[in-house]
Amino acid sequence: MAAVGSSVARKDGIGKATGGAKYADDITFPGMLFGRTIRSTIPRGRIRSIELDFDRTGFTIVDYRDVPGKNAVDLMSQDQPFLVEREVRHMAEPILLLAHEDREKLAAARVKIEYEEDTPLFDPEKSEQVFKSIDIVKGDVVAALARADVIVEGTYRTGHQEHIYIEPNGVIAVPEDGGVAIHGSVQCPFYVLKALRCLLGSAHPNVRVIQTETGGGFGGKEEYPSMIAGHAVLLALKSGRPVKIIYDRVEDMIATTKRHPAIVRHRTGLTRDGRLVAMDIDVLFDGGAYVTLSPTVLSRGCIHAAGPYRCDDTRIQGRAVFTNTPPNGAFRGFGAPQTEFAVEVHMERIAEQLGIDPVELRRINALRPGDRTATGQILRDDCSAHMVLEAAVKRTDFARKREQYKGTNRTIGLSLFFHGAGFTGAGERNLKSKARLELTPNGVRIATGSTEIGQGTRTMHAQIVTDALGIPYEDVEVAQPDTSKVADSGPTVASRTCMVVGKILEECAHELKEKLGGLSPAEYYVRNGPLTVERMYEPPDWIQWDDNTYLGDAYATYGWGCDVVELELDPDTYEARPVKVTAVQEFGRPIHPALARGQIEGGTAQGLGYALLERVVMRNGAMANSTLTNYTIPTTLDMPEMDVVMLENPYPGGPFGAKGLGELPMDGPAPAVVNALRHMGLDVREIPATPELIAGCRTIA
Amino acid sequence: MKFTLNGETREIAVNPATRLIDVLREEFGLTGTKEGCGEGECGACTVLIDGEPVCSCIIPVSQVASAEVTTIEWLNGGHPLQKLFMDEVGAQCGICTPGMIMAALSLGPAPTLDDVRTALAGNLCRCTGYAAIYRAVLKWRGMPLEDGAGGAVVA
Ligand code: FES
Ligand code: FES
Repeated sequence: MAAVGSSVARKDGIGKATGGAKYADDITFPGMLFGRTIRSTIPRGRIRSIELDFDRTGFTIVDYRDVPGKNAVDLMSQDQPFLVEREVRHMAEPILLLAHEDREKLAAARVKIEYEEDTPLFDPEKSEQVFKSIDIVKGDVVAALARADVIVEGTYRTGHQEHIYIEPNGVIAVPEDGGVAIHGSVQCPFYVLKALRCLLGSAHPNVRVIQTETGGGFGGKEEYPSMIAGHAVLLALKSGRPVKIIYDRVEDMIATTKRHPAIVRHRTGLTRDGRLVAMDIDVLFDGGAYVTLSPTVLSRGCIHAAGPYRCDDTRIQGRAVFTNTPPNGAFRGFGAPQTEFAVEVHMERIAEQLGIDPVELRRINALRPGDRTATGQILRDDCSAHMVLEAAVKRTDFARKREQYKGTNRTIGLSLFFHGAGFTGAGERNLKSKARLELTPNGVRIATGSTEIGQGTRTMHAQIVTDALGIPYEDVEVAQPDTSKVADSGPTVASRTCMVVGKILEECAHELKEKLGGLSPAEYYVRNGPLTVERMYEPPDWIQWDDNTYLGDAYATYGWGCDVVELELDPDTYEARPVKVTAVQEFGRPIHPALARGQIEGGTAQGLGYALLERVVMRNGAMANSTLTNYTIPTTLDMPEMDVVMLENPYPGGPFGAKGLGELPMDGPAPAVVNALRHMGLDVREIPATPELIAGCRTIA
Repeated sequence: MKFTLNGETREIAVNPATRLIDVLREEFGLTGTKEGCGEGECGACTVLIDGEPVCSCIIPVSQVASAEVTTIEWLNGGHPLQKLFMDEVGAQCGICTPGMIMAALSLGPAPTLDDVRTALAGNLCRCTGYAAIYRAVLKWRGMPLEDGAGGAVVA
């Protein structure tokens, strides 16, 4: 029986269910110290003085002067220091590091820092420091707006969102062989390696990064682990001992990245019968105090800003700007949940103003194979916007329920969405990611830097190799990512691990099969010894992309989804309670149906939290509700019944037809929730739609 | 002080204010009990005290004097619920899983979906949206999958 397409036993083994799997905090090394980060308590200013108000016996103390190489996190730009030298740009910015073997002494150590304070900037609309701007022009939007029968305008806002992986950030730095090893909860071991090389410079050539079992990531362990790993390494090198830094929940929430808040403005021209003729879109992302990944988050946000719709004359302008808050960063969906929220609520408002049924409006405008997207990409047969829409409407009996719920406290709404899989444009070509297969005495080992963070990397990759090589699934093992031992398969982000890295592995398996010449791996190994096959990713040759104009084939393929949310509104408390979500999603073909379904269910839950519950309260540039008591994510009691439908439309460039899936489910729930509320007559244009927000919103005229 | 840990009587000399989770993880090396928040909100640290699920991060060890404490390690990997959590993908990243399983053990023999939701209301999972967890628990108890826990998958 084929492994691909069936829910085979997972390569994780039983460890996650027995408590035997080792996460960063479960590991100790002899002589290990614990590390602590002293952080800024102002959002903007300069350090005037630092006073260590404790007995320094047994302490290792590190500041920026201990950095051997460059004091900058090497990501897109090198503007963010590992440790503040003088200028503070946000609350909770790292200034000083302490380590001690006794955690009580460590926690009790007092450091007094005096500052010269400056006036902080918190309003992104007032920021003049632009990290990145994007301008995507297709056709002539001004002329098309002038021709339109109707113009609909609107502004939509989304808030921060905190990742709340249940395992907070944590790493251990261990001095070894003239260098240092990092063991940690990381999504992208090779990103950490790159950052450490820059931090340490040529004086410390031996650095490796090993991923420990990771208790969730969702983008939140994409960039920040470089920072915390750098801190642990500095302490370890100075003390000569292993150093463990594990954040507690409050520190993790206050100091690490969140989803970018966004303000999106739409100005749309239509014919009277509902055909889109012009879309003029302005996207503003609050980047926080340093560039981190904001340019690429903005890029994905802008490319998805026109939604899954056809419109010949489009202009999308985007900016990611500086403010004095901790940097915002990668979070599942990577800019698209913000802009797709905006366009989907805007479509609902267009339907209201034109008096057209919202499903009909989407039918008229949704993309079909052969249509051009906002970047001018001509879609191929793997475009399924209409398929998911029709399936969702039928399955939920949408039209009848919408009519039936009118005037009651129950309501129903939908959203149509898409998500590009893999890196944007020429990203995959530039990345040159690699994967490796190694013969073992019994079979093969997969050796890539792709991390298992709960989504099933190990299992999916093993399934692909099993079927491509034609050997038993049990004979395929998966190496723990260790940058000194595995191929750099690129970061575990952007819904690329199954589709892109899985594809390289499929090709490695084909090449290996040829080399085996009819022998089984074990037979070959006995006769000829070890054998390794390594290959680099070749994106489809038809991909054309211009990084200056942002025109061309933005993604090799897209996943498609339609979410239908039914909810009830408490007339007294204004609490909106989802009672049922139907998620119809097409992502090529599921490699492991149970894992794929888990991605949809989990992503949908995060999307519902984003829509209704998860409000980050910022006070003076810091998260004021930085506990799980005050920042609430969905519990069992908040989650509605979920009906998941996985439709197939194979993508020829993916392994066994698979597309990326991880992020797609995050895009749909928020606009579906708000569109359901709108159907009750509530003029909601913002999330999270908390009871306070709903109570204060106008009714639709 | 003395208490029973996974069926054996243990004696320790620690500051009585030490959190139970620290005693389990550091004194006894039982790292299956996880810390997600340290404030009693996420349930990752759930253990059984005299059969009742409790957050071990907010309990001083003095409170379990002469009580019976049970951790995930006591199940020894052989409990059917453990296998079901993996097979049904009730565990994705797995950090919430030991706590979830310990909380689920307190369920009676024929739980409804609502019983399961109530029993697990103090345990956060950020990965699964809980549906696969319901499937694992209901299957363990031989209960039919109701709407919201089962749901057909059309492909
Ligand atoms: S760690 Fe104890 S409840 Fe979260
Ligand atoms: S499986 Fe990751 S938090 Fe539950």
